[in-house]
Amino acid sequence: MSPRNQQKPTTKSSAVPTAALRPKRQLHQIAANVLRLAKDRGIQETEVHIEESIEALTRFANNTIHQHVAEQGLVVSLRTSVDGRTARVTTNRIEEDALRAALEDSLSLASHQPKDPQLLPMPGKQKYRAVRRFHVATAALTAEERARAVKNACQLAERRGQVAAGIFSSGQGQSVLVNSRGLATAYRQTHSAFSVTMQQDSATSWAKASAADVRRFDPLRLAKIASEKAARARNPVELAPGKFTVILEPAAVLDLVGLLFYDFAATAVADKRSCLSGRIGKPVFGENVTISDDVYHPEQLGAPFDGEGIPRQRVVLVDRGVVKSLVYSRRSAKQVGIKPTGHGFALPNEYGEAPLNLVVAGGNTSLEEMVASTDRGLLVTRLWYIREVDPYEKIMTGMTRDGLFLVEKGKIAHAVRNFRFNQSVLEMLRNVQCLGPAGHAAGEEASEMVAPPMKICNFNFSEVTKF
Amino acid sequence: MWDYCGHSLEVARLRGATYADVRLMHLRQRDLTTKSGRVGRLAQSESIGLGIRVVAHGAWGFASTDQLTREGIAACAAQAVAIAKSSALAKKENVRLAPEGSYLDSWQGPCLEDPFEIPLESQLDLLLAADEAIRKVKGVTLSETDMQFRKIDSWFASSGGSKIHQRRVISGCGIVATVFKDDSIQKRSYPNSFGGQHVLGGYELIESMDLLQHAPRIAEEAVELHSAPQCPGKIGTLILGGSQLGLQIHESIGHPIELDRVLGQEANFAGTSFLTLDKLHHLRYASPIVNVVADARISHGPGLGSFAYDDEGVPAQCIDVIKDGEFHGYLSSRETAHLIGLPRSGGAMRTEGWNRLPMIRMTNVSLLPGPWTFENLIADTDDAILMETNRSWSIDDRRYQFQFSTEIAWEIRGGKKTRMLKHPSYSGITTEFWNSCDAICSADHWVLWGTPNCGKGQPMQVMGTGHGASPARFRNVKFGAAFSNQ
Repeated sequence: MSPRNQQKPTTKSSAVPTAALRPKRQLHQIAANVLRLAKDRGIQETEVHIEESIEALTRFANNTIHQHVAEQGLVVSLRTSVDGRTARVTTNRIEEDALRAALEDSLSLASHQPKDPQLLPMPGKQKYRAVRRFHVATAALTAEERARAVKNACQLAERRGQVAAGIFSSGQGQSVLVNSRGLATAYRQTHSAFSVTMQQDSATSWAKASAADVRRFDPLRLAKIASEKAARARNPVELAPGKFTVILEPAAVLDLVGLLFYDFAATAVADKRSCLSGRIGKPVFGENVTISDDVYHPEQLGAPFDGEGIPRQRVVLVDRGVVKSLVYSRRSAKQVGIKPTGHGFALPNEYGEAPLNLVVAGGNTSLEEMVASTDRGLLVTRLWYIREVDPYEKIMTGMTRDGLFLVEKGKIAHAVRNFRFNQSVLEMLRNVQCLGPAGHAAGEEASEMVAPPMKICNFNFSEVTKF
Repeated sequence: MWDYCGHSLEVARLRGATYADVRLMHLRQRDLTTKSGRVGRLAQSESIGLGIRVVAHGAWGFASTDQLTREGIAACAAQAVAIAKSSALAKKENVRLAPEGSYLDSWQGPCLEDPFEIPLESQLDLLLAADEAIRKVKGVTLSETDMQFRKIDSWFASSGGSKIHQRRVISGCGIVATVFKDDSIQKRSYPNSFGGQHVLGGYELIESMDLLQHAPRIAEEAVELHSAPQCPGKIGTLILGGSQLGLQIHESIGHPIELDRVLGQEANFAGTSFLTLDKLHHLRYASPIVNVVADARISHGPGLGSFAYDDEGVPAQCIDVIKDGEFHGYLSSRETAHLIGLPRSGGAMRTEGWNRLPMIRMTNVSLLPGPWTFENLIADTDDAILMETNRSWSIDDRRYQFQFSTEIAWEIRGGKKTRMLKHPSYSGITTEFWNSCDAICSADHWVLWGTPNCGKGQPMQVMGTGHGASPARFRNVKFGAAFSNQ
């Protein structure tokens, strides 16, 4: 491969225009090219999924920007299906020769496998409910604007004798999904996030927000929250591990409850690897716990269709503690004779489906009220390195991080050294005493979701660390 | 490819960059899985693009593109310089890079049989046969197998004059038997959990693993675990199998020695490290029999951390990390080397792909073998628990307190391996744990394990790392905290 022409490099203006997504028609044109090539080749069924993204991230630590990146890319992922055999090939080369080669590779992969009698024909045309998640203000955000916001956070830290670290990211993306049976859909969104850790002496705290519209959060306000909590987090006292009443901020709830998501997949239940195997229809959680999957919720992000282009449905997974429903791909739905819920992964795959837009219903107890009503407990800012210890009891282990505080007699008393927990999420959600208002929660472990703060009794901390 | 690289460097220079390096990468990947007798994932992908990293106004900028035209590359290089200039808005001091030579080289990692040239039927036939062998064992409720292959070509060029082409082929495979019974799920994996074993090499790895021979064994063990007693909660002697010890090294030595963590650059996400700079050459990290190296040279073995040059053009090196128990060295980069008094980088800057910035990553962080045969180690042990194959792993954000659970364990009594135990787990504080090591098995039992899924950075990068280990014994270890609430 060699450059297409031999122009001399330009030395003109240093201004770089903000990157922009291609017009949607260009993506449709690429998809149409693939379908045409596939038809010419006599391929029975073809699916084309094109994704384009523009991402940028400003990263800071020690009160300075140390990494600052931007990327732009387009990926064509195509699937052919012939005589009950299917395979996927993905490329970021869009020249006709490359697309033709990808089709041939897909055919070759598909033809060298046993026939799958349960493989369904590709779906036809669908009806979609529109969502609007593209905000020009986010798409137009420049490196310099992110750098200035970061500078403000770093200056705040310096004024307070603290050290700031974090990220300010923004991006935009679009996708087009079509198949040879007439299905066609498209989606685009923007996203942005500001995450900040403030350190004072050896104490740290953290705050994060994310949204499709960058104007929904104020980076400096988040920096102030983290800064004030870091100041309070100094001189932590070591407590003996044991069972505590905990007040989990939304990020901590997200990181625990969010890791339940695959358990709600019909395929996981059929494979007997879900903690809900044998528990459907039963009161697994407390009566104050209701969980749904709802891509249309105004606080959610994500496309309103699944990996095969089936429209996503709102599904009530847990209703007042009782496991009511699972999510289904076309394949898993057919196996039990119901309609798919629009949660399937792109085919072929072994995992089936999953809810990716969890919404945990909130209550009306504010975080402050939770603290005020607690005689002795722990306020948890954030959790870290959460892993599954036991898949059926859903015991998760992990650490508290960036601000753990003892609450005594309705007030925050002092900081506490971080604990390790080993806690069943099922049991935890039976021990919820009260919930706060639900909102878009951003953590670092599980996917973003809508979650409230929670006050929970008998949360099991097994060991303590050195800070 | 070199024309693209040269063009991007030239545009960066003309735009005001005082340093630039560029990585043009072509990544190919094939994934095969089966589940309960049918093909699961069958996918192939390729990605080609270019990323350029520059210093301008004394600050860093990075941009990447998949538009491999002169216009696309020029725009990308110009964007990197513009980003660097905006980074300078929140700069404290100018970027300073340790000196490094310039190299013109082309290197290819070991690969006897190109996995992309092996007929797909034979790959699938092997996986389906292993899948079937697992399911033949009564009681198995889920059988899974996988193979993964990657071929990575990278063309690195820098304004310092280096031009380096490297090709690395990576192969991996694994099988898993799962048994759901009586409200409990037990699982056994081979040759390792979470995707199996991965090495720098070709299809010869798959053939050497002999999946068919091990499939019935792991299935029988998964069934038997349901009737095994619970691993007790107590303080006692622990013997770790090699693959679990590899992950223990990864979490409690490999990550703490990353100098970017130590310097606070990962404070917001991956965390920092207890190994502050004052501890270099002043910390008894482990017992005197423990020697750990970070060795990226191919002579160390075909590990996921083996290469000829890192992603800022520094030749592969061997770093003494722990020598006779003392802490000796960090993983470093050209930017951080001077902070610990090094004249040059330790060569640990690695990138996931063309669209990611290189960052300090583990290479092959390995525990050097000791003198024991495994049989003698067991015979020498009166009362212990032998744990194998990771099931969960977690450690705090400064790398002090850890907890691991494994798929299976056995009691060692009177120098003999006795009954099987389920739900094994152990926990501890990093330096206390490593200082309790009193026996390490020999090179005959040493395997360079591959960890293909190490996540770090924002945006997240997934990197493969290598960890050589042979079984080893640790005293006064806490067992059972993971199930302390049951």
